[in-house]
Amino acid sequence: MKVAMTVNGTLESHDVEARTLLVDYLRNVVGLTGTNIGCDTTSCGACTVLLNGQSVKSCTVLAAQAAGDDITTIEGLALEDGRLNPVQQAFQECHGLQCGYCTPGMVMAITSLLTENPHPTEEDVRVGLEGNLCRCTGYHNIVASALAASGVVEMHQ
Amino acid sequence: MIPASFDYVRAESVDEAIGLLSEHGDDAKLLAGGHSLLPLMKLRLAQPAMLIDIGHLRELSYVKEEKGYVCVGALTRHHDLANSLVARASAPVLAHVAGQIGDPQVRHRGTIGGSIAHGDPASDLPAALLALGGSLVVQGPNGIREIDANDFFLSFFEVALTPEEVLIEVRVPRSEGQWGFEKLTKRAMDWAIVGALAVRTSNGVGVALINMGPVPMHARAVEAALASGANASDAAQHAAEGTEPSADFNGSVAYRRHVAKVLVGRALKTAGV
Amino acid sequence: MSILGNRVVRREDPKFLTVGGTYVADLDLPGSVYLTFVRSSMAHAKLLSVDTSGAKAMPGVVAVYTNDDLGIARMPTIMGMTNEAMTQPMLASGTVRYVGEPIVAIVAESREIAADALEAVVVEYEPLTVVIDPAEARKDNDLLFPDAGTNTTFTLDFGGDEALFDDCEVVVELTLINQRVAPCPMEGRSAAAHMTKDGRLEFNSATQAPHGVRDGLAGFLGLEPDKVHVVTPDVGGGFGAKASVYPEDIVVGWCAVHLGRPVRWTETRSESMLGLGHGRAQLQHVRMGGTRGGVISAYRIDVLQDCGAYPAFGAVLPFMTRVMTSGPYKIPKAEFGSVSVVTNSTPTTAYRGAGRPEATAAIERTMDVFAREIEMDPAELRRRNLIGKDEFPYTTPTETVYDVGDYHQALELALEVAGYDELRAKQARRRASGDPIQIGIGLSCYVEITNGLPDGEFGAVEVRPDGKIIVRTGTSPHGQGHVTAWSMLVAEQMGVPIEDIEVIYGDTDVVPRGAGTMGSRSLQIGGAAVNQAAVDVVEKAKDLAADLFEADREDIVLDKSNASFHVIGTPAVSKSWGELAKAAVAKDGNPLFAEVDLASPGPTFPFGTHISVVEVDVETGKVTLLRHIAVDDAGRILNPLLAEGQVHGGIAQGVAQALLEEVVYDPDGNPLTSTFADYSFISAAELPSFETRFTETPTPINALGAKGIGESGTIGSTPALHNAVCDAVAHLGVRHVDMPTTPIRVWNAINDAAPHHDAKNTTKKGGR
Repeated sequence: MKVAMTVNGTLESHDVEARTLLVDYLRNVVGLTGTNIGCDTTSCGACTVLLNGQSVKSCTVLAAQAAGDDITTIEGLALEDGRLNPVQQAFQECHGLQCGYCTPGMVMAITSLLTENPHPTEEDVRVGLEGNLCRCTGYHNIVASALAASGVVEMHQ
Repeated sequence: MIPASFDYVRAESVDEAIGLLSEHGDDAKLLAGGHSLLPLMKLRLAQPAMLIDIGHLRELSYVKEEKGYVCVGALTRHHDLANSLVARASAPVLAHVAGQIGDPQVRHRGTIGGSIAHGDPASDLPAALLALGGSLVVQGPNGIREIDANDFFLSFFEVALTPEEVLIEVRVPRSEGQWGFEKLTKRAMDWAIVGALAVRTSNGVGVALINMGPVPMHARAVEAALASGANASDAAQHAAEGTEPSADFNGSVAYRRHVAKVLVGRALKTAGV
Repeated sequence: MSILGNRVVRREDPKFLTVGGTYVADLDLPGSVYLTFVRSSMAHAKLLSVDTSGAKAMPGVVAVYTNDDLGIARMPTIMGMTNEAMTQPMLASGTVRYVGEPIVAIVAESREIAADALEAVVVEYEPLTVVIDPAEARKDNDLLFPDAGTNTTFTLDFGGDEALFDDCEVVVELTLINQRVAPCPMEGRSAAAHMTKDGRLEFNSATQAPHGVRDGLAGFLGLEPDKVHVVTPDVGGGFGAKASVYPEDIVVGWCAVHLGRPVRWTETRSESMLGLGHGRAQLQHVRMGGTRGGVISAYRIDVLQDCGAYPAFGAVLPFMTRVMTSGPYKIPKAEFGSVSVVTNSTPTTAYRGAGRPEATAAIERTMDVFAREIEMDPAELRRRNLIGKDEFPYTTPTETVYDVGDYHQALELALEVAGYDELRAKQARRRASGDPIQIGIGLSCYVEITNGLPDGEFGAVEVRPDGKIIVRTGTSPHGQGHVTAWSMLVAEQMGVPIEDIEVIYGDTDVVPRGAGTMGSRSLQIGGAAVNQAAVDVVEKAKDLAADLFEADREDIVLDKSNASFHVIGTPAVSKSWGELAKAAVAKDGNPLFAEVDLASPGPTFPFGTHISVVEVDVETGKVTLLRHIAVDDAGRILNPLLAEGQVHGGIAQGVAQALLEEVVYDPDGNPLTSTFADYSFISAAELPSFETRFTETPTPINALGAKGIGESGTIGSTPALHNAVCDAVAHLGVRHVDMPTTPIRVWNAINDAAPHHDAKNTTKKGGR
């Protein structure tokens, strides 16, 4: 079936099987491999993208469901001149990533969280990231990155 | 994980969806947000031949107050219910519970109707409906009917929808009274090992339990004890009566029965009972 | 000013943050076919028949293979120490021994067809008796490998002193479960292979050890090692479980060779939870004896190690547990014994700490039980028994030689940061109040071993004529930040900005040798090799500069402030790195280059003290971690930002083991935790921010003074949290709660705590 949607500002239109998941569409059809797959059960959040500005797990959305929608992936975040946006920059400055596999999903989840709650507490961030798993960082510096990006507080260390 | 093949149809109206359901029978499944169905399909535990996508019927996404009821369109996303000013003012417990489901991404995408129609006894929203004395509005080939929440949840993953019917609205009586919601989980993202919800309504105190049997259920004995004048801590001791919890590595039957009493007691306390 | 010791942000990050990493599954390989595996749904069964005809007949299915089609040798024993009759075939042959064991390999034109074809294979099983409990396995009533005649595959016994505890006033005894956990790197196993035009096998692998993968492929496939080219693109975590070659890797390579097309395989999470090796899985019986005054004098641990169905690295984990038997304590007599057995479960392997966390968990939990028995504060008991800083090098009763340490300093700093006395006072008030939410405080003093295996490491530094520096390293990172760290080392020695340094790893054509990244070895051996190569290249450059300046070699100086060489006293006339590189080429055609194969100088022993503070809801058993304080000493810290990151991740994993995580099988060997919905992988919402400190006691073992930091967090944190939970409910008569301390377990322990609790597991002198 024909599926068309806007991905990072570009209109994409492709013939796909109805069963194509949004994450597979982005990775295998559009060719944007920044979004990763980490589980089978909508648990880990590695595949998080923005759908019409809100974070969703693209492993649990059919490409067909997203037809006509506006998708943003990690590849669509950097500023126009190529510089890192504030969330990306905070991740580098706070060492918010190690192996990098969960990172695109974390960055997209935090982007959505800060849109809804521009001045979160540490607790807001931790609970807000309950659907994003990371095995490397212990979340410490991811939480610090989110708070730094919000410009609110420094961590208590 | 890749689902088995299926045909996909996007329904442009509830009537069209009902027509397609009538035509394709058991082979077809409704798809709303997809957050109950797609995970099963990816694991190939469900292999419907056709998906009828009703997720774009925005006319079924609303939260409004009508004649003393808070009415929530079945395709309202959890996030939207949680943040609805109408719900927060007139059915705050419902908004709160919606804000506890899954995780933010799931709440952005999952729908109230999809979650409730799935009939999972470990799900939180049905408990809120029961405690509040809510009802469900469904539409089928023969028109619209309203089902009392008490009659909706039949057994494990089975609800009182006929194969041709579509859940279109959830409604609860306006309820600004105090409430308490307690959920025991291992992790924030997990389903409840046991949950309890208590809310003061115009008809007394509604108390409901999560994951204490094959269906979401009232804590009837607690409600009765309170109605006959028992205090909260005494009433909470009846929380496990009439329940049939299952055992798994997160909890034995005895443990779940014990925790139900603890959580009901705490929920009642928070509700100011 | 030295760059070492600074919080230099990672050079690796911008790519990950803008377009994502390039993992194996991200590689663009036109014309690829997709490999997938039919896996056993039975824990132990004879394979009566495997019908692949349906799958073979499906359009788009390229090939379907069973083990007989492959003709590949079985996996080897582990270092020659495990039973030869227990090796794993590439695909199950005749018998399946765990749920998830690969039986059939399917190659298809698309991922979708491969997934559909899986369902078309019909396997007929005849069930055999399932052995899932290692204690049952040890009895040898039912054998996984009848030809072996036993389920035991590896044993150790150090000791046998019948009178070990005879002089002790107090002896405590404890049975501990160090439960099976899943490593869960966010990226599962993944490989992509193809034959190049010149007839070589190019193999992209998500591995910690590319050279090991090269040698494994070459051996199994009968190829010369130089006909195999292994490349590791970005790797999404490993934690020990990606340090070895798996049968699936070999099958990917075999298919690429035989089909002549690019073959790719990326496991799903559900497969990974069954196929990637599990960690820990020890049952421990521990005895500790000493005086009523708190002097520990004897200790013995007996380990029953669950290897899973085929002995892999997990079988020999007790070897490392033995090395760390007596921990950071001055215990005159300590003994160790172990038995490794096979069970019908996923094979166990190295997982962050690999044998050492198990040793620490055993002795630290027992220290708390001993302290309680003699009614002494657990911090005080530790203080009295830690090895003193003047006693190094220290040889333990199990013949391990600790290099250097100041264990008391770490303990005292941790207590100070925690505000220990105030915490105890708060706990007392909470207990007195009868509040259902009680407080627990847990300590863990640890020492561990890093770079514990004898491998050396390769490092090379080359100066290009344009002045750019190329660094090659044998350790292959998967998140540790080698590019940044090695750049810092080279910048320090050569005076060049880190932006001018390129670090190359994980490509067996470009990096000739390497052992890889595991066992917290990278900085102390891989980094040290690179550091030495940089030192050597400076020396070579001085030779060249002396020629060019026609000056004495001894008069040449490297001015690190502007990365140039001059003759002492005449800085105005200088030669840059680029100019010297050109001079090198002009001289004899060779680049300005130094390479080092640094032999291992032996292991180092990082140490520290962790303290956990928890709340326990005694009515539901739910535990909440409030604070975690970690004082770690990994010798000299190269980059605190990276070192802290390692500690943070380690703490989360260690805490998760004590609190939540557990691989569970039912009695029939069916896994109950094979997805992230069921396996309690810890999230941000269950954790606080951590309070980390470093003390720095440089090791004399290497030029950097550095010890490993990759696993310390995991090793120190698990017992701290475990002790905290037990401490929170101790006043209710609870002596011990098994890990993970889930709500049901804690509640059961409280419920079971009877008035006679303290006699149950304790033996006293004369009473045994």
